[in-house]
Amino acid sequence: MSALTSHLRKYAAAPVCHDIQINGQLVGLHDSGILWWPDESTLVVADLHLEKGSSYARRGVMLPPYDTGATLEKLAGVIDAFDPACVVCLGDSFHDPDGSDRLPAPYRAMLTTLQLGREWIWVTGNHDPIAPVRLCGVTVDEITIGPLTFRHEPIEKVGSTSTAGEICGHLHPAARVRRFGRSIRRACFVTDGTRLVLPAFGALTGGLNVTDEAYGMLFRRRQFSVFMLGNDRLFPFTASRLVGD
Amino acid sequence: MIAPTGAGKTLAGFLPSLVELEARGKRKPGSAGNGIHTLYISPLKALAVDIARNLEAPVSEMDLAVRLETRTGDTPSHKRQRQKLNPPDILLTTPEQIALLLSDPASARMFASLRTVILDELHALVTSKRGDLLALGLARLRRLAPNLRTIGLSATVAEPDDLRAYLVDQPDPDGRALSHVVEVAGGAKPDISILDSEERVPWSGHSSRYAIADIYKLIKAHNVSLLFVNTRSQAEMVFQELWRINDDTLPIALHHGSLDVGQRRKVETAMASGALKAVVATSSLDMGIDWGDIDLVINIGAPKGASRLAQRIGRANHRMDEPSKAILIPSNRFEVLECQAALAASMRGDQDTPPLRQGALDVLAQHLLGLACADPLDALDVFNEMRSSETYRHLDWETFERVLDFVATGGYSLKSYDQYAKLRKGQDGLWRISHPKIAQQYRLNVGTIVEAPMLKVRLVRSKASGRRTPVGRGGRVLGEMEEYFLEQMAPGDTFLFGGEVVRFEGIRENEAYVSRTTSDNPMIPSYMGGKFPLSTYLAEGVRTMLATPETWKALPEQVRDWLTIQQEKSVLPAKDGLLVETFPRANKHYMVCYPFEGRLAHQTLGMLLTKRLERLGANPLGFVANDYALAVWGLGDLSLLFSSGRIPLDRLFEEDILGDDLDAWLAESSLMKRTFRNCAVIAGLIERRHPGLEKSGRQVTVSSDLIYDVLRAHEPDHILLKATWNDAAEGLLDISRLGELLARIRGRITHTELPHVSPLAVPILLEIGKEPVYGEAMDTLLAEAAEELVLEAME
Repeated sequence: MSALTSHLRKYAAAPVCHDIQINGQLVGLHDSGILWWPDESTLVVADLHLEKGSSYARRGVMLPPYDTGATLEKLAGVIDAFDPACVVCLGDSFHDPDGSDRLPAPYRAMLTTLQLGREWIWVTGNHDPIAPVRLCGVTVDEITIGPLTFRHEPIEKVGSTSTAGEICGHLHPAARVRRFGRSIRRACFVTDGTRLVLPAFGALTGGLNVTDEAYGMLFRRRQFSVFMLGNDRLFPFTASRLVGD
Repeated sequence: MIAPTGAGKTLAGFLPSLVELEARGKRKPGSAGNGIHTLYISPLKALAVDIARNLEAPVSEMDLAVRLETRTGDTPSHKRQRQKLNPPDILLTTPEQIALLLSDPASARMFASLRTVILDELHALVTSKRGDLLALGLARLRRLAPNLRTIGLSATVAEPDDLRAYLVDQPDPDGRALSHVVEVAGGAKPDISILDSEERVPWSGHSSRYAIADIYKLIKAHNVSLLFVNTRSQAEMVFQELWRINDDTLPIALHHGSLDVGQRRKVETAMASGALKAVVATSSLDMGIDWGDIDLVINIGAPKGASRLAQRIGRANHRMDEPSKAILIPSNRFEVLECQAALAASMRGDQDTPPLRQGALDVLAQHLLGLACADPLDALDVFNEMRSSETYRHLDWETFERVLDFVATGGYSLKSYDQYAKLRKGQDGLWRISHPKIAQQYRLNVGTIVEAPMLKVRLVRSKASGRRTPVGRGGRVLGEMEEYFLEQMAPGDTFLFGGEVVRFEGIRENEAYVSRTTSDNPMIPSYMGGKFPLSTYLAEGVRTMLATPETWKALPEQVRDWLTIQQEKSVLPAKDGLLVETFPRANKHYMVCYPFEGRLAHQTLGMLLTKRLERLGANPLGFVANDYALAVWGLGDLSLLFSSGRIPLDRLFEEDILGDDLDAWLAESSLMKRTFRNCAVIAGLIERRHPGLEKSGRQVTVSSDLIYDVLRAHEPDHILLKATWNDAAEGLLDISRLGELLARIRGRITHTELPHVSPLAVPILLEIGKEPVYGEAMDTLLAEAAEELVLEAME
């Protein structure tokens, strides 16, 4: 089999993605909010925030206890569809450092089943700075594979070569567009072609508008694009079309 | 005690207490206090403060041995602390403060010798969740002080028995116990008229611009006028227009709920001291405090309800033996009919205050937690205590248990939060809070008023006109505005705020920056405040009037002509039926119906009808609703579909529309999500945002929309979704009224096929294309379109 056909086969198997290049690498953005890297058969997901409900419940705020289940079901769906050789969780996989310990048995089993037969990388985040307990996978603070570097929090430098190829989460990007006097706000990917911020994947995670100052530390003003998550497709917009909250 | 404004009922309410307190005599220095003797509870904290001042004068003049104090959100904490240790004889306060006091472990001691509770403006209190909270508070007070006497003070209402039942213990689940009642007959009949303008009354819209010159003349001819409008945007508009023609620079001021508090207080003081000639106000001035010598009330726009109008008119001339004078200004032709119906009701003295509400479950949850903070609670005792109030007599044990479970652990069928429970049942069978911080949390979240998230509006220098410097901080705060409205704006948009035209610059943290601008065609803010639907009673009045041409002689000639031509070209809506007109227009097909059930019910109906028509293959494109009518348009030939029987109208308007179609729509409805947010905050599921305490990022808080989605997907029967549904049915979706409409018109639908638009349909068609925010240029376009439409209908 030639390199080209094996390459094509990977594409044929995977669901439709919006293909873009980050630091010269072809990657696919999927409307579920995950990144698919076909060359490495790697699926990247950010900010799962598992056990967020129980984290609040500990403080007396009884959010619905269904967030972990909902998030894992959605994750199982994309893992089934892409069948990746490797999964990278880009940090804040658990809402707090004890989250993995609190994980109820059925969910632990579900997650462990997802991990079977594939490499699993936990990148640490500010919510979960330590390795999860009683779960498979390697825990790293950040990891570089070829031209791409995976870390939770983006480095706050604009246009530096040191941040080229950075794939990160943390910010929970969301964008708002306005049309006919009404506005639509959705979670989104943000990229300028050299680095990429993934939307938060967890069920109870809100979003931070990409017009916020925090993004000014990453991208040149209005020199980036977003891909807003629709029901079954992505909607690309350039920064100049977006409005703040 | 039911009496019109100016009868002196407040002081009368205090008399028994003053007599008893004087008989009790002064407390000996050093002896323990007697506890609170009388509680006075008012919906407005300003009113509590005002009454305290009015009461202090006679008390000190007669040298009575009575100590009276106020307690509101503004009372400093050291004073509150002292009030707990050494309570005054009379405490003047608000429903929220009662809830807070009852959650205190010291409450039993504090209220042990309570003798009297006076509830002022009871008619206004009982129509909201604050009334529910107060009903539960009263039930607790009655238990702490079994010999309690409750006195309710109210304006004239439709059903005095509702208020009488609200006041007293309801021991019998089948019978209804009633308090005594003293009714003071209305004083002099008010002198009300409808403005008879030389100008043409517009077909639609709410600006009343046509009447500005007339209004100005009226202001000039009277000493002090109070101008009531229905929405804040109308207030801004009328104020602006009046100043545009104010050649005599009459002192005319503006008062609405979005303005900075300091600004509002200034206006109120100026009004009381007689420095103003007129104030343009929303319902922010409907109630309470006496504003000096107002000799004319001008009601601009629809009166919406007979009782509502009566209370507004009562603000003129606070002496009950002299007639209050009021003039109604309809802002369009349908409003002429509504004004006429309101005028007739007022002459007869009819009332249309809403019936007593059934207590809400989110309020119940909040109160339960409060009670547990005060004392370990016995579930059955508390259940019976709550059911002893008229508002919660319908409560069943199963629902109560579910609410208790909700308070304790969130009430989910997945029992994963037991270890984090807020309430725990002890060995003795009593429920206790699991940690003192739960009580702290409760105190921060108490109350039933959930404001839409607001942003401060701050005046800064513009960064337009080429200046490159960042927008400067430190300008004056003009007031507050709903976040969602500001979210719709782009920098450079202009709008009216606080009587000035300002330019939107952007949002920083929790402030919106605006700058002064010279633009004279601002966009108009369409903020939600005060859009009440038309009352059922007035709607009936309007329908009756339309159906009986003999009564039209009271109407202005131009309105009479309008109706006469409708009679010729189409038919008049019958009193109890529903008229459905269909006609083609500009490649589309229209259906216009006239239910007269208010904007909220019509919006819901419009949403459901379009869903149903879509399923039936009629290709609907959109709909628009106002207080009187609903128009749906689409590509399918609706005339043919209806007349051929392919879509039977009876089937289209069948009551089962409130089933599946509604359910499907609710999943997406932003109205439902907003309702859910309010319930979640009141019930304590999500915490209130406290100014000052909140972090800079407005996005950090857990979004209630996400919680709603997760809950609907995973536990659609959750008690909070039930509470949300109950609220929506009575509130933003007005489903109960829609249900009554569908039942009323069953078998009484008249369909008329027309070659073109009918005169009655013109106003609603003119509403099409009006975005929530619209500019002047748009108005001109609409005006041109209006002329064409009118010609088509009347030729």
